Amino acid sequence: MTAALAMFLGFVLITLGITYWAARRSRGEAAYFAAGRRITAWQNGLAVAGDYMSAASFLGIAGMIAFNGYDGFMYSVGWLVAYLTVLLIVAEPLRNAGKYTMADLLAYRLNARPVRAVASLSTLTVSTFYMIAQMVGAGALVKLLLPGVNYETAVIGVGVLMIVYVVFGGMLATTWVQIIKAVLLMSGSIFLSILVMKHFGFSFAAFFDAISKVSWTAADGTQVTRNFFQPGLLFKPPWGAIDLISLGLALIFGTAGLPHILVRFYTVPDARTARHSVVWAMILIGSFYIMTTFLGFGAATILTPGKISIENMAAPLLAAALGGEVFFAFISAVAFATILAVVAGLTISASTSFAHDFFTNVIHHGRERRPGEEVRVARITAFVVGAVAILLAIKLRTANVAFLVGLAFAVAASANLPVIVFSIFWRRFNTAGAVAGLLVGLISSIVLIMISPSVMGMDAKALIHGEPIFPLRNPGIVSIPLGFLGAILGTFLRREPRAEARFAELSVRANTGLGAEKATTD
Amino acid sequence: MASDDRKLPRDPTPIVGAHTDIAPLGGPKPPHERTADEEPDVVDWERLAGSERFRALLKAKRRFIVPATIFFIVYYFALPVLIGYAPEFMAKTVFGPVNLAYLFALSQFFVAWIIAALYVRAAARFDKMAAGVINENHGSDSVS
Repeated sequence: MTAALAMFLGFVLITLGITYWAARRSRGEAAYFAAGRRITAWQNGLAVAGDYMSAASFLGIAGMIAFNGYDGFMYSVGWLVAYLTVLLIVAEPLRNAGKYTMADLLAYRLNARPVRAVASLSTLTVSTFYMIAQMVGAGALVKLLLPGVNYETAVIGVGVLMIVYVVFGGMLATTWVQIIKAVLLMSGSIFLSILVMKHFGFSFAAFFDAISKVSWTAADGTQVTRNFFQPGLLFKPPWGAIDLISLGLALIFGTAGLPHILVRFYTVPDARTARHSVVWAMILIGSFYIMTTFLGFGAATILTPGKISIENMAAPLLAAALGGEVFFAFISAVAFATILAVVAGLTISASTSFAHDFFTNVIHHGRERRPGEEVRVARITAFVVGAVAILLAIKLRTANVAFLVGLAFAVAASANLPVIVFSIFWRRFNTAGAVAGLLVGLISSIVLIMISPSVMGMDAKALIHGEPIFPLRNPGIVSIPLGFLGAILGTFLRREPRAEARFAELSVRANTGLGAEKATTD
Repeated sequence: MASDDRKLPRDPTPIVGAHTDIAPLGGPKPPHERTADEEPDVVDWERLAGSERFRALLKAKRRFIVPATIFFIVYYFALPVLIGYAPEFMAKTVFGPVNLAYLFALSQFFVAWIIAALYVRAAARFDKMAAGVINENHGSDSVS
């Protein structure tokens, strides 16, 4: 255990050093919010991967495959394919036409104040839900990996670190924390995959054979043998297939609407670099999720589900079984680094949106009263967001909050993506459509999750006691069409000649990069 | 001070050596002499949006992005649909114990990478076309 603590402290010291370096180096607004727009393609690719691959994917998917086989792997597929939406539709127009946030693109030709206010609300909702899920996960993880540290200490520790990174180091420090985390996560996964294959004498035939007949002793003492290549162990009829499709929709359309991913494209010099950084991210994310086969199926065959006490611990336990104490410590430190990098990314996107969209543009009509005010407000917001997340994570320690990540994706897909797509491609689109689309998507996803089996249930652990009203765990299949419909109906409510007149400008800017924000020089 | 200014108009003689409203011959016009059309920051977006080059760029982009998006969405959702509604078909083993379901899921990764690679290649062409549109804008500045 001391080895795990030492490695974790090593990571903390290095990242604090980076924060100190970043704080001395960054001057001005573009430096704080967008790392001066001077991040290179491969750096941003690593940072996107580090921002995206949360503890849910590293620990969650490995555990899901270890227990449910093939159906767990189904998750992995969606997480990568989602980046095609980012690459083909969103990344370049956003970089070309925006400044710091997703709302910049929307406000371009629409009435800025209502659109920014609602977009900021949606950004804060997505980021806060996602962050609480990560922090509760971090607290639970620490208890398992470092038995000497209690839940509150772990949550406060993670929260304080993320506040320090964001408040003092801004986007530059956040970016490098994400890059280091991505490198650690990739190397840990590669090493663990090699150990799994070594266990099977580097024979895929032996590995696949073991996967097809995983056998263990269940809790009631009976011997169970399952083919883990067989679909249907997790998603069962009657709603299994529709739930899977609904999850896929939320992943494919939600990733391109996640604020903390979108802001990463403002950190590069131009749209071309943004494009190449998505490709780097796809190579890393794809390789990682293919490796979840080794981690998850490895845990299923080598440890067997009977010997994994807690689902999320499958990967660390596998590391302990194959690589001993030191490797277990390394994988545990990687899991912490993973959580820290993701929560730092969420904090900076939430505080940027509040300061840039809400404070400067909604309250103060787009004018800074004093130079540097926007950055100061963002720093204060980061502090407040962090403190609130710590308090909520401590309050919700026993609640099952796994659904919050699904909710974040559902809101991003149902509220953010429709309005992003329409504002780039649909001339007629207007302010009423944007506000309606954002609100309908936001409210319908939250309401549907609240009445779904993720929240409602008959057992004691359910947050709301009662028979679930909505049968699916993932609301995407209903809420995404509703979000698009809201945006379309809102648009037809009235005509907005100014928005239509400025479509030509947005279209030229988004497609050519003419007049796009430049990298800072100093 | 403000009230004094109103009573006594400022001395109208120009300060020697400072910019006056008469531009020196030859060099670029000082900012205060430019008309709106000559302002380098002012772009005639409508004209650019309607230009031949820009329309060709949009058409080329649409020709790649629309089919590619439709293809990857159909290919991706074929996976949960087939698993949900044709489980026996997906359970067919292909080599050894490896079944169609696993191979199809694995193929998604490679298909996504191939589409990304094809897009990067096509986008290099879009970049050139976009540069043409931007040059057209700058070109018009020096003419007028």
